[in-house]
Parts: sequence; C-alpha cells; structure tokens
Amino acid sequence: MDRKLLEILEGDGRLSTKQIAMMLSKEEGDIKKIIDEYEKNGVILGYKAIVDWDKTDREYATALIELKVTPQYNRGFDAIAERIYNYPEVQSVYLMSGSYDLCVILEGKTIREVALFVAQRLAPLEAVQSTATHFVLRKYKDKGVIYGPANFDERGNCN
Amino acid sequence: MDYNKFLSDKVRTIKPSGIRKFFDMLSTMKDVISLTVGQPDFPTPYHISNAAVESITKNKTYYTSNSGLIELREGISDYLSRRFDLHYAANGEIVVTVGGSEAIDMAFRAILNPGDEVIVPEPCFVCYSPLIEVMGGVSVPLYTSVEDKFKVTPEKLLPLITDKTKAIVLSYPSNPTGAIMTKEDLEAIAPILIEKDILVLSDEIYGELTYGRDHVSIASLDGMRDRTVMVSGFSKAYAMTGWRLGYVCAPKEIMDQILKLHQYGIMCASTASQFAGVEAITNGDEDVKYMKEKYDRRRQYVVTRLNEMGLECFEPEGAFYVFPRIDSFGISSEEFCQKLLDEKRVAIVPGDAFGTGSEGFARISYAYSIEHLTIALDRMEEFVKDLKK
Repeated sequence: MDRKLLEILEGDGRLSTKQIAMMLSKEEGDIKKIIDEYEKNGVILGYKAIVDWDKTDREYATALIELKVTPQYNRGFDAIAERIYNYPEVQSVYLMSGSYDLCVILEGKTIREVALFVAQRLAPLEAVQSTATHFVLRKYKDKGVIYGPANFDERGNCN
Repeated sequence: MDYNKFLSDKVRTIKPSGIRKFFDMLSTMKDVISLTVGQPDFPTPYHISNAAVESITKNKTYYTSNSGLIELREGISDYLSRRFDLHYAANGEIVVTVGGSEAIDMAFRAILNPGDEVIVPEPCFVCYSPLIEVMGGVSVPLYTSVEDKFKVTPEKLLPLITDKTKAIVLSYPSNPTGAIMTKEDLEAIAPILIEKDILVLSDEIYGELTYGRDHVSIASLDGMRDRTVMVSGFSKAYAMTGWRLGYVCAPKEIMDQILKLHQYGIMCASTASQFAGVEAITNGDEDVKYMKEKYDRRRQYVVTRLNEMGLECFEPEGAFYVFPRIDSFGISSEEFCQKLLDEKRVAIVPGDAFGTGSEGFARISYAYSIEHLTIALDRMEEFVKDLKK
C-alpha cells in the first residue's frame, strides 16, 4: 500500500489526500498520516510542476557539465558535491561511474549566464580538475513527460 | 429512387445501435467532459508499436496465412495456457481476426440456422443481437439484475431454454456493467449447458482486466471446452483498439467453418497488426499489469465518489466501467443523461443503450485520468444535489 501511495504521488503530486484515499479505498486520515511521515523522514522531498519554458517568452538555458574532481581525504566526493549543489542555479548533481565523476545540471536565464557560472564558480574550485559543458539544445522528454503540444483526447466513441 | 428493393430485408430490419445515436449527438456538442469512451486512454506500449513499424520497414507487408501468422497463433496458444489454463492448438483451433468483433460475427455465422435461439444476457454490449438476427437467429434476452451482480444464474437461465436453444453468449468481464463471473458462478451453469447440449460464445475481451481475482474462462471447466467458442483480442489488455486485432478459439470442427468465412470475407488480419500482436503477447505482460493497476485506482475512486453522492453503485470487478443506479429520481436513464449533458456538460451513456433490461442505469467509463474523472464527478455531484431538491 505504501509503495502504491508513493507511485500515485510520483505520478501526480497535485492529487489531494481525499482523492488518494478514494483511489486506495482507505480513510483520508490514514493517508494524511502516512504522507506526513514521508515528508518528515524525507522519503517525499517536495512537489513541483513540470514547466516547458520554451512555450513561454522566458529565455531558459540548460547545460550538463561533466566534472572530473579530486576526492577529498576522509570525505570522498561529498565535500565538493556539497560545495556545488548549494548554488541555486544547480538543478542536479550526480556522482557517476565511468569517465568523469560529477554530473552537474545547470539551469540559467541565458547561455552566457551558464557559461559564466562554469568559468567563475566551478572551474576555479581547487578540487575540480576539468570541466566539459554541454548545452541542451532541446528537451524532448523530462521526468517521464514528453515536451510537446498538449495531448488531446482523440479517442472515438465506438462501443 | 426506391432503394428498398435493392436492400436486404434482413439488414434493413436491424435497428441501428442505441449507443451510436447517443454518440452522434454528442459529437455535435462542444465543451463536453466525457465519460463515455470505451477504450483505454493509454497509448499502445512503444515496443509493441515499434514491432509493427519494423515489420513494415522490413517489407513484411504480404498477406499472412488465413489463420494468421503461426508465431502469433503459437504466442496466443502459450498465453492462454499460462494465463487461463486454456489449451488450444496453434494449428487448427486458433484464428486471428480483425478485432474481437469479427470473431463474434464469424462465430454466429458458423453456427446459426434460421430459427435458432441464442440466449443473450443483458445488459450487454450492443453487437450480439443484431448479428444473431441477421443470420435468421432469434436473440432471447436474459435479464440479469443488480441483485445478482449482473451474473447469469441457473434460476434465470433454465426457464429460457427451449428445444430451439442453440447457444448462449457469455460476455464477462462485462461491458457495460463491469460484472464478472467467478469459477463458482460458471460451475453453477455449466452442468445445465452440458445437459441441455448448448454451445457457449464466450466473449473474453476484458479477460485481463479484473480486479482482486483472476478471470476464469468457462472453457477451462470440465466438459466445456468442446462446446465453447472463445473470443478475445488485444484491444483492451494492450491498449490496441485501433489495430483491430483479435482471435477466436474453438474445437476444430467449428473452426473449419469459421475459417472458411474468414478466408472469403477477410483473408487475414492486417499483417503489421499481427506483428505488433506477436510482441504484445510474448513481451507485454508487464504493460498489462501497469495499466491494470491504474484502472484499479480509478475504479476505486469512481465507485467511492458515486456512492458518496448517493448513486448506488455495485462494485464492478472487471473491465473499465461502472454502472450506477440512477432510477431514484423518477426520470428515465435517457432523460437523466440528457439533463446531465445539457446542464453540466458531462456525458455518460444511458443504460437503455445496452438492452431494454438496462433502464434505470447508466454507464460510466473510467478509462480517463483521475484529474479528468474528478472534474466530471464534481459536476455530477452538483447535478445529483440539484435533482434531489
């Protein structure tokens, strides 16, 4: 039941506890309690909308930056990761296996802003050995959602 | 010009489908939030669609054998045995059809002589009686009731059997009621069918969509396989309605006749669809599970809401429909649905579209997102409140 609840919320974070209770044939109070618990212990970290900024007039650049870094004695990659993820422009930081160490996803107003961030904030860090910045040219799909025109219900009434 | 003399008397006397009339009217209206669609809202799983695309680009665009691709028939044979304990030979006992609908049509054509009676439990999907009648058969309605959870019971069945009764239609899980028949329910009627020597047309198109317990096919019961024509397809389980892919399974003696009709009338099901079907039936179990889980959430949501707003609603255990009672307001189901449409712009299908025994009910499809269902049910709730005043 808990897994079902999390899957429901992961699919649509805007559902009310009442709706979820009905979907699972449970009491609303119980659902509230479980969600509160998840929010407290950090299983549920937040709720966000998925925005396609390309459909607005806001300029919005996304970049994926590969970082090779020197791990720190005793703290491994955690210290440098923390240093980086605390910048609000940074959307995601992943520790990777393979040819580089940290994958940093940056979102900024413009390409220039992103470039400056890499040059002024990331590259000078002592632990950073090298950076490779890749700009996203177009988002086709993010977080399981396809970026494109809104879906219309084209199903025919047949039976 | 008088066309009547050109037209078939049999076909002319068939009534157009009541559901069609409602849908035609609906298609002219704007800003309607609909709960009428009888097909999945999921896209066909990508790997399944892709199998068809690949078959086309590899020029596999020929006719297949009349019965269908042997890989597909073998896939269906394996699937039926692992899911429902049904055992049909890929060669001779399975024919791939253009949807379950063709299978139903072919089955009636293969078995009916003029005057033969076929028992058709109502409420039911709209196609059975017209297809029986066009063959000169007589459709004998068996009115199932909400008290019996819309199942066929021995008490209702026995009085309808005459020496002309040739077959009974069993369509479970049911469109429009969402009813199922459990193993025990089927075991209660099977001895009667055997004793009275009656054939079964078992339409199991919603067989994958049951909630809480697995579907049981009457053909898996002792002594029933030899007197059952089993019809199913890919539409509902794999979200493949537009591919028009189904199948019919029957003992060879019946199938030989069905195959002749299929061969002359259809040749074979669309080849690209058949390749998609091979992928679906061999690698699609997880997709079915995923969609079924979603339907189940919506089912519970809709049933709870309907009961809360005071529309008595028996709990459907299959398909993706609920069939609430709406007869407590002193208006017909058609009036109820028309008023709901006019006043709140919500469309549901009046029960009487599914047979005369279905008056007082309406069909609601939950093949929609929770968001969509919520908006529609909120409006319905207001509507019911107003009606009660």
